[in-house]
Amino acid sequence: MLLRDICDWLQGEVLTGREKMGMEVQGVCASDLMSHVLANAGEKVLLITGLNNLQVVRTAEMSDIEAIIFVQNKRPAPEVLELAEEKHLLTILTPYSMFTTCGILFKNGLRCGLDDGR
Amino acid sequence: MMDDNKQFKPLKLYFTVEQGDFIRAGEASSKIKKVLSQLGFPGSLIRRVAIAAYEAEMNIVIHSWGGELEAEIGPEHVTIVARDRGPGISDIALAMEEGYSTAPDKVREMGFGAGMGLPNIQNCATEFIIESGEGRGTVLRILIAVKE
Repeated sequence: MLLRDICDWLQGEVLTGREKMGMEVQGVCASDLMSHVLANAGEKVLLITGLNNLQVVRTAEMSDIEAIIFVQNKRPAPEVLELAEEKHLLTILTPYSMFTTCGILFKNGLRCGLDDGR
Repeated sequence: MMDDNKQFKPLKLYFTVEQGDFIRAGEASSKIKKVLSQLGFPGSLIRRVAIAAYEAEMNIVIHSWGGELEAEIGPEHVTIVARDRGPGISDIALAMEEGYSTAPDKVREMGFGAGMGLPNIQNCATEFIIESGEGRGTVLRILIAVKE
Protein backbone atom coordinates (compact mmCIF):
# COMPACT_ATOMS: atom_id res chain seq x y z
CA MET A 1 0.00 0.00 0.00
CA LEU A 2 1.44 3.37 -0.97
CA LEU A 3 1.75 6.03 1.70
CA ARG A 4 0.39 8.56 -0.82
CA ASP A 5 -2.90 6.64 -1.05
CA ILE A 6 -3.07 6.21 2.71
CA CYS A 7 -2.65 9.97 3.13
CA ASP A 8 -5.49 10.60 0.65
CA TRP A 9 -7.89 8.17 2.35
CA LEU A 10 -7.23 9.86 5.70
CA GLN A 11 -7.55 13.42 4.34
CA GLY A 12 -4.07 13.80 5.74
CA GLU A 13 -1.84 16.82 5.97
CA VAL A 14 1.81 16.00 5.37
CA LEU A 15 3.96 17.54 8.11
CA THR A 16 7.42 16.17 7.28
CA GLY A 17 9.13 13.76 4.91
CA ARG A 18 7.01 14.33 1.81
CA GLU A 19 9.70 12.55 -0.25
CA LYS A 20 8.57 9.25 1.31
CA MET A 21 5.01 9.45 -0.08
CA GLY A 22 5.90 6.94 -2.79
CA MET A 23 7.00 4.30 -0.24
CA GLU A 24 5.01 1.15 0.45
CA VAL A 25 3.93 -0.15 3.83
CA GLN A 26 2.87 -3.72 4.57
CA GLY A 27 1.01 -3.29 7.83
CA VAL A 28 -0.15 -1.01 10.58
CA CYS A 29 0.78 -0.64 14.21
CA ALA A 30 -1.82 1.43 16.07
CA SER A 31 -0.81 2.15 19.64
CA ASP A 32 -0.31 4.78 22.31
CA LEU A 33 2.05 2.48 24.14
CA MET A 34 5.54 3.00 22.79
CA SER A 35 7.04 0.00 24.59
CA HIS A 36 4.47 -2.15 22.79
CA VAL A 37 5.56 -0.68 19.46
CA LEU A 38 9.22 -1.30 20.33
CA ALA A 39 8.46 -4.88 21.31
CA ASN A 40 6.22 -5.92 18.44
CA ALA A 41 6.37 -3.75 15.33
CA GLY A 42 7.10 -5.81 12.24
CA GLU A 43 8.87 -4.64 9.09
CA LYS A 44 7.61 -1.85 6.83
CA VAL A 45 4.85 -0.77 9.18
CA LEU A 46 3.04 2.48 9.62
CA LEU A 47 2.54 3.80 13.15
CA ILE A 48 -0.83 5.34 14.06
CA THR A 49 -0.88 7.08 17.42
CA GLY A 50 -2.77 9.52 19.60
CA LEU A 51 0.47 10.71 21.19
CA ASN A 52 2.49 13.53 19.68
CA ASN A 53 5.66 13.82 21.76
CA LEU A 54 9.36 13.41 21.01
CA GLN A 55 9.38 9.80 22.19
CA VAL A 56 6.98 8.82 19.38
CA VAL A 57 9.60 9.94 16.87
CA ARG A 58 12.39 8.21 18.84
CA THR A 59 10.34 5.00 18.99
CA ALA A 60 9.76 5.09 15.23
CA GLU A 61 13.47 5.66 14.68
CA MET A 62 14.54 2.70 16.85
CA SER A 63 11.89 0.40 15.32
CA ASP A 64 12.75 1.32 11.70
CA ILE A 65 9.27 2.75 11.18
CA GLU A 66 9.27 5.23 8.30
CA ALA A 67 5.87 6.87 8.71
CA ILE A 68 3.66 8.11 11.55
CA ILE A 69 -0.01 9.16 11.46
CA PHE A 70 -1.06 11.54 14.24
CA VAL A 71 -4.82 11.15 14.79
CA GLN A 72 -7.49 13.70 15.70
CA ASN A 73 -5.47 16.63 14.46
CA LYS A 74 -3.04 16.29 17.37
CA ARG A 75 -0.38 18.44 15.78
CA PRO A 76 3.07 17.83 17.31
CA ALA A 77 5.13 20.72 18.65
CA PRO A 78 7.77 22.25 16.34
CA GLU A 79 10.66 20.46 18.12
CA VAL A 80 8.95 17.11 17.49
CA LEU A 81 8.60 17.89 13.80
CA GLU A 82 12.21 19.09 13.63
CA LEU A 83 13.37 15.72 14.97
CA ALA A 84 11.08 13.89 12.53
CA GLU A 85 12.55 15.93 9.67
CA GLU A 86 16.08 15.18 10.84
CA LYS A 87 15.28 11.44 10.91
CA HIS A 88 13.64 11.62 7.45
CA LEU A 89 10.32 10.38 8.78
CA LEU A 90 7.05 10.92 6.96
CA THR A 91 4.55 12.38 9.42
CA ILE A 92 0.88 12.93 8.59
CA LEU A 93 -1.89 14.63 10.53
CA THR A 94 -5.43 13.27 10.12
CA PRO A 95 -8.68 14.69 11.50
CA TYR A 96 -10.02 11.16 12.10
CA SER A 97 -10.00 9.38 15.46
CA MET A 98 -7.81 6.32 16.07
CA PHE A 99 -10.82 4.03 15.57
CA THR A 100 -11.95 5.64 12.32
CA THR A 101 -8.37 5.85 11.00
CA CYS A 102 -7.90 2.12 11.58
CA GLY A 103 -11.32 1.40 10.07
CA ILE A 104 -10.56 3.32 6.89
CA LEU A 105 -7.21 1.58 6.44
CA PHE A 106 -8.67 -1.87 7.22
CA LYS A 107 -11.44 -1.31 4.68
CA ASN A 108 -8.78 -0.48 2.12
CA GLY A 109 -6.92 -3.73 2.73
CA LEU A 110 -4.26 -2.87 5.31
CA ARG A 111 -3.74 -5.33 8.15
CA CYS A 112 -2.04 -5.52 11.52
CA GLY A 113 1.71 -4.98 11.33
CA LEU A 114 2.60 -6.37 14.74
CA ASP A 115 4.76 -9.47 14.86
CA ASP A 116 2.14 -11.14 17.06
CA GLY A 117 -0.79 -9.61 15.18
CA ARG A 118 -3.58 -11.72 13.83
CA MET B 1 33.35 -4.20 7.60
CA MET B 2 31.51 -7.47 8.14
CA ASP B 3 33.65 -9.26 5.55
CA ASP B 4 36.83 -8.06 7.16
CA ASN B 5 36.45 -8.88 10.85
CA LYS B 6 40.17 -9.16 11.54
CA GLN B 7 40.68 -5.53 10.60
CA PHE B 8 37.92 -4.33 12.91
CA LYS B 9 39.01 -2.89 16.24
CA PRO B 10 36.40 -2.79 19.02
CA LEU B 11 34.93 0.65 19.46
CA LYS B 12 33.64 2.19 22.68
CA LEU B 13 30.98 4.90 22.88
CA TYR B 14 30.09 6.64 26.10
CA PHE B 15 27.14 8.93 26.95
CA THR B 16 25.82 10.56 30.10
CA VAL B 17 22.06 10.35 30.65
CA GLU B 18 20.24 12.84 32.88
CA GLN B 19 17.35 12.08 35.19
CA GLY B 20 14.03 13.40 33.86
CA ASP B 21 15.47 14.80 30.62
CA PHE B 22 12.73 13.73 28.21
CA ILE B 23 13.96 16.13 25.54
CA ARG B 24 17.31 14.40 25.08
CA ALA B 25 16.08 10.92 25.99
CA GLY B 26 16.95 8.65 23.09
CA GLU B 27 19.86 10.71 21.76
CA ALA B 28 22.49 8.27 23.02
CA SER B 29 20.68 5.28 21.50
CA SER B 30 20.23 7.19 18.26
CA LYS B 31 23.98 7.82 18.06
CA ILE B 32 24.76 4.16 18.78
CA LYS B 33 22.32 3.16 16.01
CA LYS B 34 23.96 5.58 13.58
CA VAL B 35 27.47 4.26 14.27
CA LEU B 36 26.31 0.65 13.76
CA SER B 37 24.73 1.62 10.43
CA GLN B 38 27.92 3.37 9.34
CA LEU B 39 29.93 0.25 10.25
CA GLY B 40 27.66 -1.87 8.03
CA PHE B 41 26.10 -4.18 10.62
CA PRO B 42 22.95 -6.07 9.50
CA GLY B 43 19.65 -4.24 9.98
CA SER B 44 18.17 -6.87 12.34
CA LEU B 45 21.16 -6.57 14.70
CA ILE B 46 21.03 -2.77 14.60
CA ARG B 47 17.36 -2.80 15.47
CA ARG B 48 17.84 -5.14 18.44
CA VAL B 49 20.68 -3.02 19.79
CA ALA B 50 18.77 0.24 19.23
CA ILE B 51 15.63 -1.03 21.00
CA ALA B 52 17.57 -2.48 23.97
CA ALA B 53 19.70 0.67 24.30
CA TYR B 54 16.67 2.95 24.05
CA GLU B 55 14.69 1.05 26.70
CA ALA B 56 17.74 1.12 28.98
CA GLU B 57 18.25 4.84 28.33
CA MET B 58 14.57 5.57 29.05
CA ASN B 59 14.85 3.59 32.29
CA ILE B 60 17.71 5.83 33.44
CA VAL B 61 15.71 8.97 32.53
CA ILE B 62 12.49 7.71 34.17
CA HIS B 63 13.60 5.77 37.22
CA SER B 64 17.11 6.82 38.25
CA TRP B 65 19.00 9.80 39.58
CA GLY B 66 21.04 9.90 36.40
CA GLY B 67 23.64 7.63 34.87
CA GLU B 68 25.46 6.63 31.75
CA LEU B 69 25.13 4.46 28.70
CA GLU B 70 28.09 2.69 27.19
CA ALA B 71 28.33 0.72 23.96
CA GLU B 72 31.19 -1.57 23.06
CA ILE B 73 31.04 -2.55 19.44
CA GLY B 74 33.03 -5.55 18.27
CA PRO B 75 32.89 -7.85 15.24
CA GLU B 76 31.24 -10.69 17.18
CA HIS B 77 28.90 -8.80 19.47
CA VAL B 78 27.69 -5.42 20.74
CA THR B 79 27.57 -4.84 24.49
CA ILE B 80 25.45 -2.13 26.06
CA VAL B 81 26.07 -1.22 29.69
CA ALA B 82 23.56 1.09 31.39
CA ARG B 83 24.71 2.30 34.79
CA ASP B 84 22.78 4.59 37.13
CA ARG B 85 23.25 6.11 40.56
CA GLY B 86 20.11 4.73 42.21
CA PRO B 87 17.65 4.26 43.82
CA GLY B 88 18.00 0.64 42.69
CA ILE B 89 15.55 -2.20 42.17
CA SER B 90 14.45 -3.99 45.35
CA ASP B 91 12.89 -7.02 43.62
CA ILE B 92 14.52 -7.79 40.25
CA ALA B 93 12.26 -10.80 39.52
CA LEU B 94 9.18 -8.60 39.97
CA ALA B 95 10.68 -5.82 37.79
CA MET B 96 11.23 -8.40 35.03
CA GLU B 97 7.54 -9.33 34.99
CA GLU B 98 5.71 -7.89 32.02
CA GLY B 99 3.19 -5.31 33.26
CA TYR B 100 4.91 -4.45 36.54
CA SER B 101 6.01 -0.81 36.72
CA THR B 102 6.66 1.91 39.27
CA ALA B 103 6.60 4.71 36.68
CA PRO B 104 4.59 7.86 37.47
CA ASP B 105 1.53 8.93 35.43
CA LYS B 106 3.53 11.60 33.56
CA VAL B 107 5.69 8.85 32.07
CA ARG B 108 2.69 6.67 31.23
CA GLU B 109 1.15 9.59 29.34
CA MET B 110 4.27 9.58 27.14
CA GLY B 111 3.71 5.95 26.16
CA PHE B 112 6.14 4.34 28.59
CA GLY B 113 5.94 2.90 32.11
CA ALA B 114 3.83 -0.09 31.14
CA GLY B 115 6.25 -2.56 32.64
CA MET B 116 7.62 -3.71 29.30
CA GLY B 117 11.09 -2.14 29.29
CA LEU B 118 13.14 -4.85 30.97
CA PRO B 119 11.28 -7.74 29.23
CA ASN B 120 11.82 -5.91 25.91
CA ILE B 121 15.55 -5.71 26.62
CA GLN B 122 15.59 -9.40 27.50
CA ASN B 123 13.92 -10.25 24.18
CA CYS B 124 16.52 -8.30 22.21
CA ALA B 125 19.52 -9.63 24.13
CA THR B 126 21.65 -12.72 23.75
CA GLU B 127 22.78 -12.30 27.36
CA PHE B 128 21.23 -9.93 29.89
CA ILE B 129 22.41 -9.34 33.46
CA ILE B 130 20.88 -6.97 36.02
CA GLU B 131 22.88 -5.96 39.07
CA SER B 132 20.91 -3.91 41.56
CA GLY B 133 19.56 -3.58 45.05
CA GLU B 134 17.61 -1.08 47.08
CA GLY B 135 19.64 1.99 47.96
CA ARG B 136 22.34 1.44 45.35
CA GLY B 137 22.54 1.94 41.63
CA THR B 138 21.49 -0.42 38.87
CA VAL B 139 23.74 -1.85 36.17
CA LEU B 140 22.29 -3.52 33.07
CA ARG B 141 24.72 -5.53 30.95
CA ILE B 142 23.22 -6.38 27.59
CA LEU B 143 25.14 -8.47 25.10
CA ILE B 144 23.80 -8.88 21.60
CA ALA B 145 25.58 -11.35 19.34
CA VAL B 146 25.97 -10.46 15.69
CA LYS B 147 25.23 -14.06 14.69
CA GLU B 148 22.22 -15.49 16.49
